[in-house]
This record gives sequence, C-alpha cells and structure tokens, in this order.
Amino acid sequence: MPLILDHVSQIYNEGTKESVRALDDVSLIIPEGQFIGIIGHTGSGKSTLVQHLNGLMLPKKGSVFYNGKDISDKDFSRKELRQHVGLVFQYPEHQLFETDVFADVCFGPKNMGLSKKETELAAFEALRMVHFPEDLYYASVFELSGGQKRRAAIAGVLAMKPDFLVLDEPTAGLDPVGRLEILGMVSELHKKSGLTIILVSHSMEDVATYVERVIVMDRGRVAYDDTPREVFSHAEELKEMGLGVPESTEIAAMLRARGFDVDPKVITEKEAADSIYAALKARR
Amino acid sequence: MIRDITIGQYYQTDSVMHRLDPRVKLLGTLLFIVALFMYKNPAGYIIAIVFLFSVIKLSGVPVKFITRGLKGILMILMITVLINLFLTPGTAIVTLGKVSITYEGVGMAFTMMLRLIMLIMGSSIVTLTTTPNNLTDGLEKGLGFLKVFHVPVGDVAMMMSIALRFIPILMEETDRIMKAQLARGADFESGNLVKKAKSLVPVLVPLFVSAFRRAGDLAMAMEARCYRGGDGRTKMKPLIYKRRDIIAYIILFLFVIVSVWVGRWSVISGFFNDLYLRFLLN
Repeated sequence: MPLILDHVSQIYNEGTKESVRALDDVSLIIPEGQFIGIIGHTGSGKSTLVQHLNGLMLPKKGSVFYNGKDISDKDFSRKELRQHVGLVFQYPEHQLFETDVFADVCFGPKNMGLSKKETELAAFEALRMVHFPEDLYYASVFELSGGQKRRAAIAGVLAMKPDFLVLDEPTAGLDPVGRLEILGMVSELHKKSGLTIILVSHSMEDVATYVERVIVMDRGRVAYDDTPREVFSHAEELKEMGLGVPESTEIAAMLRARGFDVDPKVITEKEAADSIYAALKARR
Repeated sequence: MIRDITIGQYYQTDSVMHRLDPRVKLLGTLLFIVALFMYKNPAGYIIAIVFLFSVIKLSGVPVKFITRGLKGILMILMITVLINLFLTPGTAIVTLGKVSITYEGVGMAFTMMLRLIMLIMGSSIVTLTTTPNNLTDGLEKGLGFLKVFHVPVGDVAMMMSIALRFIPILMEETDRIMKAQLARGADFESGNLVKKAKSLVPVLVPLFVSAFRRAGDLAMAMEARCYRGGDGRTKMKPLIYKRRDIIAYIILFLFVIVSVWVGRWSVISGFFNDLYLRFLLN
C-alpha cells in the first residue's frame, strides 16, 4: 500500500515570533518496493518529514494517506501504522533499554500483541536479517560495539515486520567499515525481503550508490524528486542548497574541464573509474 | 503542563532589570519576601504592590507572562485560602456544621493569598530577567562569605549551573526517546497508573544511560581543560557594581524604610484595617 503525502505543511511555534515552516506544501507518493534517499541540509525538514510517515507528527495542513486512509482521522490506528512503517531514528542505540539484546528486540513485536512464540520468532528473524553475531544474542547491550548496538536497534524495528523501513542517518557516527556494513545490510534488506526503504542521509556517496530515487529537501520544500543521475546533474543548484554531488561526479566534471572526455553523468566510484579508464585509453 | 511553570524561565529582552547585577536582584527578592510576611496592616501591601508593579514595568516582561506562572501554584493557593478561611478562630460569620468562617479568617485568607501571589510574582521576576549562569554567578559571589565556614560555594555554584544547563538538553532527549519507543509500538497513555508507570521504563532507562554518558563526557572535557575545583577561578565577565546597581540598592533601602514605617504606624494601620475589612465584608 503506498504512502501518499498530499500538500503537507508543518509549522513549529505557530503564531509566535519564532514560527518556523518546517514543511511547506510537500506532496509525495511513496509506492511499495522502492529504495528512496532523502537528502537535505541541516534544518531542511528531512527529520520532520519522516516523522509524518508513521504518524509521530500529524500535518498542520494537508493530509498523509496510508492504505487510502487519512492518518489524521480519529478512528485511524496510528499504532498499527507504526507497525507497517518502521522508523529508525538517528543514533537508535540510544533507545535500547532491556537487559539483553534479544529482550530488547522483542519489545516491538510484544507491543504489537503477538504471542510469546511469535514474538521470539520475529526477534530471531530480525537479528538474523541484520547479521547480528549469534553468540551475542543474550549479551548485555553495554558489551556491544557501536556498530553492533546499531544493528540491534535496527533489528528492534525490523522485528515488527514493517513494509516500509525509514532510516534517519543510519550511518552517523560510525567508522567507514561500519558504514559500509550497515549500508550493505540495508541494501540487502531491500533486495532480499522486498522492503521499501527510505534512507535519510547527507552523504551523497551513500545515496548515489544505493538508491533508485532521490528526494532533495530544501527549506521545507521538495526541491528535486528524481533518479540520482538526474538529480546530481544539477551540481550548481545543489551547491546553493548547501549540498554537493558525489565526489566521483565532481572529479569527472573537473577532468572534463581539463579536456578529458569523461562522462559527466557518472555518480558512483565504479562508473567514474570506468569512464576515466575509457577516456585515457582513447587518448593513447 | 511543564511549560505553564514560568518560575525559572528566562525572558529574552533588554531592560534595566535585565542589566542589573544579579546580587542586587537576589537581595531585593529576599527583602521583598521578608517584607511581605512582616506587614501588620494592609497599607504595607499597597506599598508592596506599587513596588512590584514598578519593577515589572521596568523589566519589560509582559504581565501576562508572569501571571501565567501562578497557574502552577493554583492548587496550593486554594488549599491555603480554604484552610485559613475555615480554621482561623474568632468571631463567626457563617457556620457550616462544625466549622465556621470567621471575621478574622476572611482577613487571614485574603492576606495569605496576596502574600503567596506576590511572592511567586516577585521571585519569578528575578529568574525571568536573569540568565541561569548570571544567577549562579550572583549566588556564588553573594554567598562567598560562607567560605569562612568551609562551604564549597564555588563547587556548588558550578553544580547548579551545570544542572540548569542540562534541563533543556534532557527534555529534548526525553522527547526523542519517547518518539523512538512510540515508533516501536510503545503506549504511554492507556492503562491504569501501574501500567503507565511501567510503560515509562523504556524511556527512563535510556534517559539515565544518556545522562551518565553526558556527565562522563563533560567531566572529561572539563578535566582536559584543567578544571580543578571552583576556588580561585577568575571569570570572563566578572560581576562589578555599576552606577545603576548603587541606585537600585538605594531604592531597595528606601523600600525597606517605607515598609517598616508604614507597617508600624498604628493610626494608619487601624484606619486601613477597618476600611479593608469593611470592604471585604460588603
């Protein structure tokens, strides 16, 4: 079932001097099965936007529809919506509270009202999906490394078996290896389990490598909503929004300016390498 | 609900009251409160009201903002009034079963209400016009004499300013953790009291963990900058009395003189007492 945002506006501190329009007339359709990246500068409204997807925030104007129903309706069960749209916040390891990892992962499915057996099964499955080391299932949360904690926290949301998985900066504060591991895992979730993934990030590289659709937020508005290749061809405009293009695209553009016949539309490292190789070969 | 309590909040604007030395404001509040409880006749309260409203006017803080802080003490206020109304011995006016409202009780209840309201308004003026840091600076310097008795004034002041600094951070953190748990299907609203209290465990545990983590980080950062206790530390902005502070002290002194004078003058006192009670009973 697609998620539809119809002219959604959100205003903080309405009616006071510090009134901020966090979202300004945002309309989006998020069909099932896509891998979407949301990028934007700090304060562009990314985090506000994702909180509308699972009803943690309700729009001041406009509506959000799930399954054809307005999530602002009084008889709409937002608890149920939160099961279908899993939201993983920034630094999700800060939400861990149980004595061991397994018990913490069980929290979500238990809240959904599943039986003990179903809950435990869901937790096992979720921990396996995030490749959590089996010998640590019953370890205390405090014995884990940063990357492991984050996996455990993501598993805590996955255990509810959502159809949509929204991840707010899942790689923040991780080392390069940890980043790649988490992103690889997310990408695998999309491919193997067919989950719809919405990845909020400010790393252009992450977005370019993994997603199929990029939504660029700027001052509460949707500035671009297109394929990564198309979005990153607007290098100048993105820079004005305080964003950039992937390093590969930037290098390709610089080489092109110096007279090499490199494809300016490359976005990933591999594409850039191939294109530079081809250009050098043609020169010889 | 937490937002209703304006005590301890700071109101950002620029006024004489804001620029005043915190020590003046602290002493002023103390004297004002003592005066409130010393007055033996209503005329004193007129002086206090005039004084309070002139200060509010000077502070540039909207009166509405200050009276909003009274909502928080509404319950205490009502209880105080009722107890005074019914339990003050004296000449009865109305008798309801075993208890009766007395002539003295009406006066007492009204006086207590007036005292409490003015006490809250008077003290919120200080916090509304003084940043928490400035306030602790003022306390540290104003109570500096306690060092003679081996009270670690500097350390206590540092602890106070850190505690105040962390209130908004922890509020934000609570909000974040609550949202994260809501996203995992937590329910904070339904159920009885025991269930509600239990549902807070997933919020409180991470909150404590994060508070300890922050405390550890802060301690490390302070040590890295060679903090070794509050004694003998110099300030970037030391408190120095300016001309306006001297003037404020003179005004305070005058307020005390007038208060004592009015409070004691029995002729006026008797006259006003009479007028006041007649007014109340009509």
